[in-house]
Amino acid sequence: MAGFLGLLRRDLQLALRQGGEIGLVLGFFVLAVVLFPFGVGPELEILRRIGAGIVWVAALLAAVLSLDRLFAADYADGSLDQIALVALPLEMAVIAKCAAHWVTTGLPLIVVSPLLAVLVDLDPAAIAVLIAGLAIGTPALSLFGAIAAALTLGARRPGVLSSLLVLPLYLPTLIFGTGAVEAALTGAGPRAHLLLLGAVTLAALPIATLAAAAALRQALD
Amino acid sequence: MINRLANPARFMRVSGRALPWFGAVTALSLALGLYLALLVAPADYQQGETVRIMFVHVPAAWLALQTYLFVAIASAVALVWRHPLAEIAAQAAAPVGAAFTIVCLATGSLWGRPMWGTWWVWDARLTSVLVLLFLYLGYMALVNAFDDASRGARAGSVLALVGVVNLPIIKFSVDWWNTLHQPASLMRRGGPAIDASMLVPLLTMAAAFTLLFVWLLLVRMRTALNERKARALRQLAPGSRLAEPDAAPDRGAQPAMR
Repeated sequence: MAGFLGLLRRDLQLALRQGGEIGLVLGFFVLAVVLFPFGVGPELEILRRIGAGIVWVAALLAAVLSLDRLFAADYADGSLDQIALVALPLEMAVIAKCAAHWVTTGLPLIVVSPLLAVLVDLDPAAIAVLIAGLAIGTPALSLFGAIAAALTLGARRPGVLSSLLVLPLYLPTLIFGTGAVEAALTGAGPRAHLLLLGAVTLAALPIATLAAAAALRQALD
Repeated sequence: MINRLANPARFMRVSGRALPWFGAVTALSLALGLYLALLVAPADYQQGETVRIMFVHVPAAWLALQTYLFVAIASAVALVWRHPLAEIAAQAAAPVGAAFTIVCLATGSLWGRPMWGTWWVWDARLTSVLVLLFLYLGYMALVNAFDDASRGARAGSVLALVGVVNLPIIKFSVDWWNTLHQPASLMRRGGPAIDASMLVPLLTMAAAFTLLFVWLLLVRMRTALNERKARALRQLAPGSRLAEPDAAPDRGAQPAMR
């Protein structure tokens, strides 16, 4: 437990000291959403119709861009070898790193999302469902992202490659996250979608942990 | 048998002898299947002659799924038992599976235009098969992204296993979401819903495609093993003509190695 918390604290401290990185992710998130009114036209009816999708897709892309922060720096300077050598199981280390990644990527996205929901003129009832969906779904983004980040350690063009690998894994989260907002707007109730979203995140926990740890062991061989 | 064929040299011998027969059987079954599908099977009462696309579209879809399952199983064998040929088999099968997936999507699109009135629709099954194509492409990209080939092979094995969760989603997508693509007609409770006059050509084409897959797999595996041998030989004889295969042949000098 001490090792887990220590690793978590270390990653959080490192990320917060380089505060610019969190700002970059948020900046990209906002910019990606702002691009859409320029692309599809400023009519609020259209933006409202696709608003949840815009916010979710932008959140996905921002998460994908932040993945290289997960393992690459530690792999490059040898800290990953040290992490693999301590008594903490590598799977728990992966969870600790994903938790730190979520606090520095997912959580800021959730905090900023109401502002962006206003930019796309989303219904007030839908904004709450959007925030809830992001809160449930962004841990899955960090977890599935860890698989791609671990697999591409030492590869050529790791950034582009991990985006290609991880986006199919993000699809269930995206589908249920936007589906929840749709259901809230049509009156069918977002409960089913949010529960399925939670199921995807919970399923991501063992799958991503095992796969990422296996990939890290291969990279450290 | 899998253990007996783990020796690459023995695999090359056995597959070299079996390959011409496999090729012949594949060609014959494809000819028979196409004859049955195009000439013997009856036209559909609603769709007319267009229904014959089914005899290519459905077997291609089955093979796309089967090949991914093969890649996943070979990857598991490579990771768990470290079978020497398992990674080669997975990497040989992946482009074949991607090709089957593209054929499935393309023929489905060509079939959908006259039948449904649209080239594409974001139906659950079409979307999940498209995701399958991206999984194949991602696998091939990952394996080739490393300078060290064995690292790429091992990373690809993990990725193939992670992606296998998509297979049940494809199979059951037509049951879970009731959208445009028709539900299951063969593997369902109550038996197949197709008449024998269409079922027999369909299963013949499926068998033919499976044989085609096996033949292509063997050819690609033999090619991969030959490439390895050639690379090893080049490293053993640096400075010889073998080490620079693209250099112009020096007609005057004696070759360093025969």
